[in-house]
Amino acid sequence: MKILIVGGGMGGTILANNLARRLHEELHAAKARITMLSASERHMYQPGLLYVALGQMMPDELYRDQRRLLEPEIEFHVDPVEEFRLDQNQVRTKSGKTYPYDVLVIATGSRIFLEGTPGLSESAECFYTEQSAVHMFKRLQEFQGGRVVISVGVPHKCPMAPLEITFMLHDYFKDRGILEKTQIHYTYPIGRTHSLENVAKWATPEFERLGITYETLFNLKEVDGRGKVIRSEEGTETPYDLLISIPAHKGMEVIEKNGLGKGGWIPTDRYRLNMEGRDNVFVLGDTTNLPISKAGSTAHFEADTLAGNLAAMVKIGSPVRNYDGKVFCFIEAGKDRATYAMFDYQHPPSPKAPTKSMHWFKTAYNRLYWASARGLL
Amino acid sequence: MVNEKIKVIDATGSFCPGPLMELIAQLKEAEIGEVLELLSSDKGSAQDVPVWINKVGHEMLGSEESGGVWHIRVRKLK
Repeated sequence: MKILIVGGGMGGTILANNLARRLHEELHAAKARITMLSASERHMYQPGLLYVALGQMMPDELYRDQRRLLEPEIEFHVDPVEEFRLDQNQVRTKSGKTYPYDVLVIATGSRIFLEGTPGLSESAECFYTEQSAVHMFKRLQEFQGGRVVISVGVPHKCPMAPLEITFMLHDYFKDRGILEKTQIHYTYPIGRTHSLENVAKWATPEFERLGITYETLFNLKEVDGRGKVIRSEEGTETPYDLLISIPAHKGMEVIEKNGLGKGGWIPTDRYRLNMEGRDNVFVLGDTTNLPISKAGSTAHFEADTLAGNLAAMVKIGSPVRNYDGKVFCFIEAGKDRATYAMFDYQHPPSPKAPTKSMHWFKTAYNRLYWASARGLL
Repeated sequence: MVNEKIKVIDATGSFCPGPLMELIAQLKEAEIGEVLELLSSDKGSAQDVPVWINKVGHEMLGSEESGGVWHIRVRKLK
C-alpha cells in the first residue's frame, strides 16, 4: 500500500513516524511504503512562538531538521504539492513530479490571514510567525505604558492563545514595573471571555482580580492605525496604544485552488477523518473543517487514531477505531502558573485552578514535543 | 425560501471553538443573502446566537429544537 502524506507539520510528522513504527515489518517487506511531501526542510514547534514573543525562548530552539525527525524508512521530499488529482490517485508537485498513492493524507495546516482585516498588518503585533514574534518582543521592550488591546480573529489557531498572551503580558508588564501605567483590554468574538464555558468561568474572575478589562461580542472589522482605534462588526470601537492580534486564519491556498474546500478547510468526516466523498483520502489537523480546536494537540490525537487505522488497513484490510474528538490544551495563566483543558465530542472540560507544577509541565513539554513528533509520546 | 439552498453547519459536540464561533467563521465565507443552518447540541446557543445576530445585523430566521439538537437558521445580510 502506497501511503502519501502531504504536509510535514505536527499532524503529518506524528502520523508518519507512528505509522512507520506500526508498519516496520511491512515497510521492510515492501508491502507498504510511506512518502512525505513538505514545503520545508525544517520543522517548527509552533506553540513556542508565544514564548519567543515574550523573550522566554529563542527562535532557533523551535526548529529541527525534518529529515532527521523522520524514521529512516520514510521517503521524504521537500517538494510542495501544487495539484491534487484525486480521481487519478496522484498529486503533482512544484518540481513537476507526479506521485501516485493508494491512500492520501492531507495535513497542510493553516496560515494567518492578516490581509482580510483592513489595517491589521500595518498596525498590530502578532506572534504566529518567527519574524512577527521577534518583532513583537522588541516592541514590548520599547513599550513604556499605555492601553494594550488584544483582538481575536475567527477562526484562529490555538484557542488558548488569547487568554495566554493576556495573562503573560500582565506578568511581563508587572515584572518590568510598568503595570500601573498600563491598561490591558481584552476583546473576544462571542458573548463570554472564552469559547469553553468552564474556561470562561475561570478566566473572567481572573481578569477582574488582575484589573484586566474585557469586551465580548467584539469581532474585529478594521484597524485605524492613524487614529489608533479598532472597530468591530458589531458597531463598537476601542482605542489602543499597542494592539496585539490573534489573527483570523485560513487554510492553505493550494487547498482552495484545487477546489478541495472553501477557505482552505476540507470537509472531513469527524470520526473516520476521511475527506467527505473520498474513502482513500484523509485529512489531519488544521486542514479539516471539523468544529474542533485548531491546535497541535488536535492534530496529535487525530494522527494517533489515523495511524492505528491505516496500519490496520494494511494488516487486516479495515480501520479499527473512530476519532473521539479528543483535545488537550495547556493554558498558561501568567509567567509561572498554568492549567489545562481536556475535552472530546462528548465531554466538556473542567479546568482546575492554575498551579506552578502545571506551568513546569508545559515548559517541559516544550522540549518533550520532539519525542511526540517522533511518534514516541 | 422553498427552493433556497441552505448551508448546514454541524457544530454538535463542539465545545471549542463552539457553535457561535463556527457560525461566525462560516458567515465570513458565505455570500450575502445566503442562509446558514447551525446545528448545536449546546442549549446556550439558542440564546447566544440570536443575541449576536441581532447585534451584528444579520437576519435571524428561526430556531427549533429536535432530539437535543438546536437548528438555528440565519441569513447573511452584509
